[in-house]
Amino acid sequence: MSDTVRDAPTGSPSSNGLEDPGARSGATRGRASAIVGRTRDAFAATPIWAALVGIVGIGWVVVTLDGGTFFASGNLTNILQRSVALGIVAVGQTVAILAGSLDLSVSYLISLASLVGAETMDGRESMLVPAILLTLAVGAAVGLANGLVVTKLRVNPFIATLGMALILRGYIENNYDRPTGSVPESWESFGYTRMGPIPVSIFLFAGVALIVGTTLRRTRFGYHVYAVGGDEQVSVLSGLRTHRVVIAAHVICSVCAALTGLFLASRLGSGTPRVGTDGGYDLESIAAVVLGGTALAGGRGRVAGTVGAVLVLAVLDNVFNQLELDPFLKQAVRGVVIIAAVAVYAQRRKGRQQVATGTAAA
Amino acid sequence: MTDATLTPPTGPTPAGDVVEAPPRPSLAARAWRSVARSAPIFAVLAVLLVWIAVENPNFTEPPGFLAFLKRAAPLAVLAAGQYFVIVTGEFDLSVGSLVTVTVVVAAQVLADNPDSTLPVIALVLLIGVAVGIVNGLITTRLQVPSFITTLGMLLILDGAVFYWTDGAPKGSLTEDFRTLGRGGVDDVPGLEQLPWSVVVFLAVGVGAVLLMRANLGKQFMAVGDNDRAAGLSGVPVARVRTIAFVLSGGLAAVAGILLGGFAGVSAQVGDGLEFQAITAVVLGGVVLGGGRGSVVAAIAGALTLEALFTLLNLLGVSGALEDTVEGVIIIAAVAFAAFRLRSDR
Repeated sequence: MSDTVRDAPTGSPSSNGLEDPGARSGATRGRASAIVGRTRDAFAATPIWAALVGIVGIGWVVVTLDGGTFFASGNLTNILQRSVALGIVAVGQTVAILAGSLDLSVSYLISLASLVGAETMDGRESMLVPAILLTLAVGAAVGLANGLVVTKLRVNPFIATLGMALILRGYIENNYDRPTGSVPESWESFGYTRMGPIPVSIFLFAGVALIVGTTLRRTRFGYHVYAVGGDEQVSVLSGLRTHRVVIAAHVICSVCAALTGLFLASRLGSGTPRVGTDGGYDLESIAAVVLGGTALAGGRGRVAGTVGAVLVLAVLDNVFNQLELDPFLKQAVRGVVIIAAVAVYAQRRKGRQQVATGTAAA
Repeated sequence: MTDATLTPPTGPTPAGDVVEAPPRPSLAARAWRSVARSAPIFAVLAVLLVWIAVENPNFTEPPGFLAFLKRAAPLAVLAAGQYFVIVTGEFDLSVGSLVTVTVVVAAQVLADNPDSTLPVIALVLLIGVAVGIVNGLITTRLQVPSFITTLGMLLILDGAVFYWTDGAPKGSLTEDFRTLGRGGVDDVPGLEQLPWSVVVFLAVGVGAVLLMRANLGKQFMAVGDNDRAAGLSGVPVARVRTIAFVLSGGLAAVAGILLGGFAGVSAQVGDGLEFQAITAVVLGGVVLGGGRGSVVAAIAGALTLEALFTLLNLLGVSGALEDTVEGVIIIAAVAFAAFRLRSDR
């Protein structure tokens, strides 16, 4: 994860140019003081990280004033652990949204994945790897179906994945009504083991974020995702096989959701029919992606922003918990934060556009 | 494809002369054309209704059919509201939580003042309108995508109402308040009872059709079809979109009043209704992204969805599989609509 973070601010011009015109204009401005300019660009590219620093600072002060200890290792562990489940699915959601689509079926897929995984494992160490592979295959199949419906049948992704969500929900509710299966000890310990204050599972999140982030910003496929999300028609005219790109984006998104399901099975010790919906991962992951600066319409944004947003949400959650804020008030505040953050992005973008047209006129 | 896209915005053209309107076809011809244009949903609805009647002959008697309409009324009202928002190119995900807010707030206030039915109805309608205004202003003035605006509003409303009631709705709805949702006019000739909710449903339907034929309706269509072109032609885009959100919020409150009367107080009363309303509108052939589709078809979409639930129930499909069938049908319907849209061009 830390690599993606470092990678984002110093991103080469070629990777910047694709989706962030603001960064380029920032670079010309920064000629006078290159270092200041670049630092500013770094924050301009993913302002959520600046917000994260700010929120950690405020959280630290507020929690300390309240008589708690923010930087206690237990608390840090808590924050990181909370990020893993939402983080993995949100990274996948980032790919779907960047490609101009979105996935509302992830929370049911998470439940299904936890059930399929735990049922196949059934407490046997020997079945660990087959179960993981099977679960990821189920995820990939769901993603493939989503992608095919969106591209070949031209169903609006909102409806296509909502329909998929209903299909999965019906299947789950018809076949499972209680926690099912059990995970072997090794898989359960994966969810709980820590190295000092760092939970091991954070490396799963970091690994997924690193792989997906690098794929998006360093590979041909990644560029295609940005291109298709930015303007599908232009991509078609440029000779891209846009359908394949969108389908692949959906497969990545669903595989990430399946991974989250496996992780939650490890935390809970078994598969649970409501684990995905109770977490509200569908709307939460979309909110995290958008909070991280990715445009809901696609084509602009990065995984590093999503990772920052997930951490922001986890820190906020943690601070609210430490202050023993009412959970419902917490939810309302979260809603305000999401709207406010996206409003700030929109205003910044508008400002930039005005600057851009201003220079063009001059 | 639709009237609005063909008719230029009203008012003088840049040259200053008034555009000669083409001769208006007769009402019957126009009605037939609009039915033919959005035929699939009406055909599907008809098939479902006949099927239900075969399974359950009671359905052909007025009381049976009215009971169905009564059950469908809240969703139909929500669908009408959602239609306005979708046709202007936006989403409203906050309507489900707004229904919950309506019911919970009404119960809470009525618990202390059991005699103030009318003021409470006015209060919840006001809340709906206020939420719509906020949704509209944030979306249009702050340029937050409506998906995010209304998602945030969903979190805020759900959080706020349960914070206020300490996590569980208290009080109960008075008999007077519930009349709208479950009572009716007795001794109507030919019927045993005409439910109030059916009256409300019809009123909303007629109002929505009239609205879509008025200037504002044409502006909704124009904004949804191409907001830049509409703006350049003098349509106040931000205001028109805000009005759509206000209608959606207000109608969500109406749906909440009906549903509260019909089903009573529960914290889950509005769960998932936003998606059902959007589904109903899309089933009616209204295109997400705006500018196409009729409000009658959207309401027919709501009836179809409700008929589907009724039928699956009659056929003994378990509640769980109902979702699966619903999911498949939604995807199929929209795929079919997308296919038709392509062959239209």
